[in-house]
Amino acid sequence: MDQEQLPENVERYLKGEMNDAEKQSFEDMRKNNPELDQAVVEYHYFLDEMQRYGEVRRFKSNLYDTHHTLQENGQIRDLQLKATTRIVNMWNKYRKVITVAASIAGITALFISGMMSIFTPKTPYRDIEELRRKVSNLEKQSTNQLAEINNFKSKIEPGADVRFGGTSFMIDPRGYLVTSAHVLKGAKKIYVQSIQGQDLLAEIVYEDLISDIAMIKITDIDFTPTKQLPYGFRLAPTDLSESIYTLGYPKNEIVYNEGYLSAKSGLDGDTMSYQISISANPGNSGGPVLNKNGEVIGIVNARQASASGVVFATKSKNIFQVVHKLEEEDNDLNINVSNASSIKNMTRGQQVKKVQRHVYMVKVILG
Amino acid sequence: MTNNYQNQEILRGIGRNDKHAIESVYKENYGLIQHFVISNNGTEDDARDIFQEAMMVLYEKSRIEDFELTCQIKTYLYSVCRRLWLKKLQYARRMESQVENFDNLVQVEEDVELHEKLTLQYQTMRTAMGKIGEPCKSLIEAFYVHRKNMHEIAGFFGYTNADNAKNQKYKCLVRLKKLFFAQYKNT
Repeated sequence: MDQEQLPENVERYLKGEMNDAEKQSFEDMRKNNPELDQAVVEYHYFLDEMQRYGEVRRFKSNLYDTHHTLQENGQIRDLQLKATTRIVNMWNKYRKVITVAASIAGITALFISGMMSIFTPKTPYRDIEELRRKVSNLEKQSTNQLAEINNFKSKIEPGADVRFGGTSFMIDPRGYLVTSAHVLKGAKKIYVQSIQGQDLLAEIVYEDLISDIAMIKITDIDFTPTKQLPYGFRLAPTDLSESIYTLGYPKNEIVYNEGYLSAKSGLDGDTMSYQISISANPGNSGGPVLNKNGEVIGIVNARQASASGVVFATKSKNIFQVVHKLEEEDNDLNINVSNASSIKNMTRGQQVKKVQRHVYMVKVILG
Repeated sequence: MTNNYQNQEILRGIGRNDKHAIESVYKENYGLIQHFVISNNGTEDDARDIFQEAMMVLYEKSRIEDFELTCQIKTYLYSVCRRLWLKKLQYARRMESQVENFDNLVQVEEDVELHEKLTLQYQTMRTAMGKIGEPCKSLIEAFYVHRKNMHEIAGFFGYTNADNAKNQKYKCLVRLKKLFFAQYKNT
């Protein structure tokens, strides 16, 4: 029996698919050939492991689906219960006082916001700006300078129509990035530029204009995948007032900004987005919004034109949905969206140092 | 008596990877575990991870022939989660506050240890799968994970017939086996 047929024969033997004569001759060979005997034992172990691997994978995906379904149907809830017993006791004791105080505060707030809405001039309906950026000639030059300092040749042909810049960040260390879908509008070719100034060719894997999420993959041969991402992705909702920060490319070098979560819904009660208070400029679109634990909670997508510091971010939950949808369409895609952040206990400065390596500038070449 | 019978039924369902059984256990128990993890320094995500890991322990146990649970599923899951969470807290050096709620527990030490061993083996296979490359990875996954038959696989990957796909699968298996045992020695 030659090497090629060995695994097939072993599998058939172990599954009991051989007829009596075949089985007899196979067993004789095993007796006379210790090497074969050893191979059969190894295969047995290996195939059992393979079988178990498949079963565990199926069970895990079943668990994951169940969790999602139950969560969506509201049969299991997110408890935001960080309270210790002491706080609960205090609540019981001072409930009346707190209720009265809260209702007074509530009424006052309602009154004031009512007055505000009467006296402020009406703003036009869709007053948001998408935060993609126009790259001017001057800026193009300085990008090239940065690239040259680091000995990377710009891959973009001179004279090409590079128009819009945005930000994107890694979701899977093998080269999958997420960004805002509007950043890629009208793209013929896409390059992403790393923090060192290296241009890398990329292509669109997925675009969803409704949730404004796009996924791109770096296809450039010069790209070296990293091992692991420092940040994780958060599935559960984030609390009001939580401190957040973002990294992006509103100019030709990476820019850090920080702020807080100001509302759990976006423009006109859009539940797919958060409203955040942060300073963001054209070019920030597609950048990650991270919380203090280094977990991605959203993607920057737009700001309100009539108010300063009002920015909207697509919730990270939508990223999970996109990945899930993609994996259903394409079984071998297998994108791992990790929810573990390895930078949880680091200072902000250390976090940013780690995160920025995975945030890229997006350069769109128009046709 | 009936209670015990139901327990056994659900366990068998878990072992078969049955959606309804999983869902019913999930609905019954998730709230309790979530409460436990969150009131002991954990987050939503921690609660989900711990609960799903405990479900894996239950799954592994229920696949052992003749296995019978001597207590309620709730008690068992709670004990496993508590053990797992305690380990994780120690690991993360977040031991400032002692874990509360010591009531109503069963011994699960050995089960958790077995689970850790099995997890290690699973990861060995996963690493090997990660190294094998395409199209082998998809081919093997289609067969062993998604349980497609050789005809479907041939159609999907564009082989002219099932036998060719089968040959390719065996070639891939030989490579995977090498990677697996190389990885196995490393762990």
